Amino acid sequence: MGTHLPSTEFDGTAVDDQREADAEAVMGDPTAQMVQLLGPDGKLGTDPLFSDYADKLTPEALRGLYADMAAIRRFDIEATALQRQGQLALWVPLTGQEAAQIGSGRASQPQDYIFPTYREHGVALTRNVDLAELLRQFRGVSNGGWNPRETNFHLYTLVLAAQTLHAVGYAMGIQRDQKLAGTGGNEPDAAVIAYFGDGASSEGDVHESMVFASSYNAPVVFFCQNNHWAISVPTNVQTRVPLSNRAKGYGFPGIRVDGNDVIAVHAVTEWALEHARQGKGPVLIEAFTYRVGAHTTADDPTKYRHSDEEDAWRAKDPLSRLEKYLRAEALADDAFFAKVKADGDELAAYVRRTAHDLENPDIRQAFANVYAEAHPLVAEELAWFEEYAAGFAGEEETAAQAAKAGH
Amino acid sequence: MTLNKFNLPDVGEGLTEAEIVSWKVKPGDAVAINDVLCEIETAKSIVELPSPFAGTVSELLVQEGVTIDVGTAIISVSDDISGDPTPADVRAPEVAAPPVQKAQPVPEVQPLYGKLPDGGAQDNAQESAPAGGPLVGSGPKADAVKRRPRKATPAAAVSVNAPEVEPVQPRSAAEVTQAPAQAAAPAEAAAVVDNRPTLGASITGLVNRVLAKPPVRKIARDLGIDLADVVATGSRGEVTREDLVSYQAQRDAELDKADGFWGKAGKPQDQRVERIPVKGVRKATAKAMVESAFAAPHVSIFVDVDASRTMEFVKRLKSSRDFEGIKVSPLLILAKAVIWAAARNPSVNAAWVDNADGTAEIQVKHFMNLGIAAATPRGLMVPNIKNAQDLSLKELALALNNLATTARAGKTQPAEMQGGTLTITNIGALGIDTGTPIINPGEVAIVAFGTIKQKPWVLDGEVIPRWITTLGGSFDHRVVDGDLSARFMADVAAILEEPALLLD
Repeated sequence: MGTHLPSTEFDGTAVDDQREADAEAVMGDPTAQMVQLLGPDGKLGTDPLFSDYADKLTPEALRGLYADMAAIRRFDIEATALQRQGQLALWVPLTGQEAAQIGSGRASQPQDYIFPTYREHGVALTRNVDLAELLRQFRGVSNGGWNPRETNFHLYTLVLAAQTLHAVGYAMGIQRDQKLAGTGGNEPDAAVIAYFGDGASSEGDVHESMVFASSYNAPVVFFCQNNHWAISVPTNVQTRVPLSNRAKGYGFPGIRVDGNDVIAVHAVTEWALEHARQGKGPVLIEAFTYRVGAHTTADDPTKYRHSDEEDAWRAKDPLSRLEKYLRAEALADDAFFAKVKADGDELAAYVRRTAHDLENPDIRQAFANVYAEAHPLVAEELAWFEEYAAGFAGEEETAAQAAKAGH
Repeated sequence: MTLNKFNLPDVGEGLTEAEIVSWKVKPGDAVAINDVLCEIETAKSIVELPSPFAGTVSELLVQEGVTIDVGTAIISVSDDISGDPTPADVRAPEVAAPPVQKAQPVPEVQPLYGKLPDGGAQDNAQESAPAGGPLVGSGPKADAVKRRPRKATPAAAVSVNAPEVEPVQPRSAAEVTQAPAQAAAPAEAAAVVDNRPTLGASITGLVNRVLAKPPVRKIARDLGIDLADVVATGSRGEVTREDLVSYQAQRDAELDKADGFWGKAGKPQDQRVERIPVKGVRKATAKAMVESAFAAPHVSIFVDVDASRTMEFVKRLKSSRDFEGIKVSPLLILAKAVIWAAARNPSVNAAWVDNADGTAEIQVKHFMNLGIAAATPRGLMVPNIKNAQDLSLKELALALNNLATTARAGKTQPAEMQGGTLTITNIGALGIDTGTPIINPGEVAIVAFGTIKQKPWVLDGEVIPRWITTLGGSFDHRVVDGDLSARFMADVAAILEEPALLLD
């Protein structure tokens, strides 16, 4: 017994990881233990640990989860159309992953801090980010788009997995602040969620962040949306064991949850955040879901996967199973679903209207953000640029646009 | 009324051009926001473009099949709506119906590539004109053409930095010398943006200048004739149908001479070489053919066959009620014959596999994924019919029809082209007697089906006209020896001569 891995509460399950992964590669379905409460048939099951968390969801909250998922899906469709119409340079669709994003986002508290990838539009919605603002980056008029301090929702990170390091660093910062404030602080305890995908799980950054998080017991929840495709690379090339099992190697709990089951995702995330806030250390959540659409609008998945695979996952759609449940339990009626639909269309119209009006940034902003204080070299370069920009005929165009045309 | 133009967007990252594959609307159609306008093919994929405007289609500015640069206007839509509002607007009742009962589990989840959902059209005409203008042309080429003119006055100051002003667009010597003049006449410079003619533009022009009745205009459009080029002989000076016919006859005669192809006589030969980049399907075909031709020693054999009974059989099938509405051709009988003959000579339905350790093995396939070489809009493709051995004659006919329809539409999926075990190439469809086909990589045999035509044939010592075809076959000699290939081809020929043997 000299070299036993750090024990976790999930240790000792008599499951052969390798056989599991092989079976999954063949069956396309998880054989690993997966937390699922609401099945594709709309029937609510039970779980010894997580049912208690699910029971806390009121009918109002359940309707809210549905409305959020429907809204973000409608937004996704509109943003894709805007890209096809030349209004956005690129769009990263999320369809299929609504439950994983809305469920986890709604489980977070205002004081928590979220580090997203570039696909977490659903989480953005739960953090009250203005969705039209979110399009700034995709329209190419901003490097960010919103003020993360207002929402505790960090800017999208385009460098795969880099945000996991930021998240752990931030979580370690929270730890130190709490220590400094002592036990008498009135501030509610905060935790951090780091989002990433199955593709990013292969990056070294994720490994480093998990090592640090574990060693320092940082209050961070690693939320991996396993959507089965890293652009064109399938999950079975990323890993031979269920991704959630990797947590064992670092010495903290890993849970696979049905990522298309918003109730289970909400319950598991709430539990994990509690775990982190109470100083018990990090948790890895693997939300088992599927990217129904393309990786981005510049991608064509028909080139590398079959439509019957997509159809199989459509049958597990997160929205339709919650709708079945709400209707079966008489928690929502036709009027509710009609209103959700109408609200979605209104949101889409708002986003379309606002996206057109997003202003091009002033080039002076770029100069202003180089140093915190005035700097002679920057001032000189700005002066040169202004002279250059003024040399163009046609007064209606601004210096900023001149800069853009030069790229 | 405002006329909005939709410029071709960059639908991928950094694409510079796309081809209009097909229009889904025509002038006069009412469209709502996000209604599909057309299908375009880029270097990355085929996608549908949703309308950014609500209104009435006024003009299609680019013809189908034409490749255009990102930023080119493709359609104009006027914002007054004539006729019925499109059905896309009327979607609310759909929600009132209980969605649980819908056949499709999730009607709202649609792929976000390829086909776009027509979801949630917002009919807001006032929104249709984007304030900042569409963000088209993130590709380098598209931006490069839009150079802004410089002011003349500060020229002295700016000319010091001149090299930095235009780093992108290479310019000819003549343009450089004209540069000062260009600065003085900015309007002229702006007009150079894109002067390539499009069909839509020429038609608009014609409406004002050339008289012709609508049917004549349609014929001209179908034939690709510019009415302005036609000598009008009508009593009121209009172009008549006869004028078009004679113009077309003359144009055909000119095309026959094809002197345009050779170029001007005095032009140096090195300027008369047309360079076509090898990419896409062409590249894949070339690679596969080289691989096959140099890895597998080909042996080709031919046999003439009296296919008269096959022709009769096909005729009877066509008129039978069972095959009503199904396209039946001699290819169907050949396909069946090939499957039948392969079972009797299994080595032709095999693969040569080189193992990593230097050894090799022959894998005989106890199933038939029958490949059919098909000329498609995207080039030569060889989709195959999986487990063709299990199909009845009717099922096989349907499978062949599906395969051809899919291929012709350019929608053949990669999976449909993988795992083939034996291929037929129907060169007869092009009127060719026979040829030496190259084996599809991964297989060891390919059958070429020549044209079937009446020829003199000796039967019982008498020369009589019969329906004759030539079968050609190429075989990988590593796997299939001469006698085996001969037996296989003889078996196939036997079925074409007497399809009743299939009942055996």
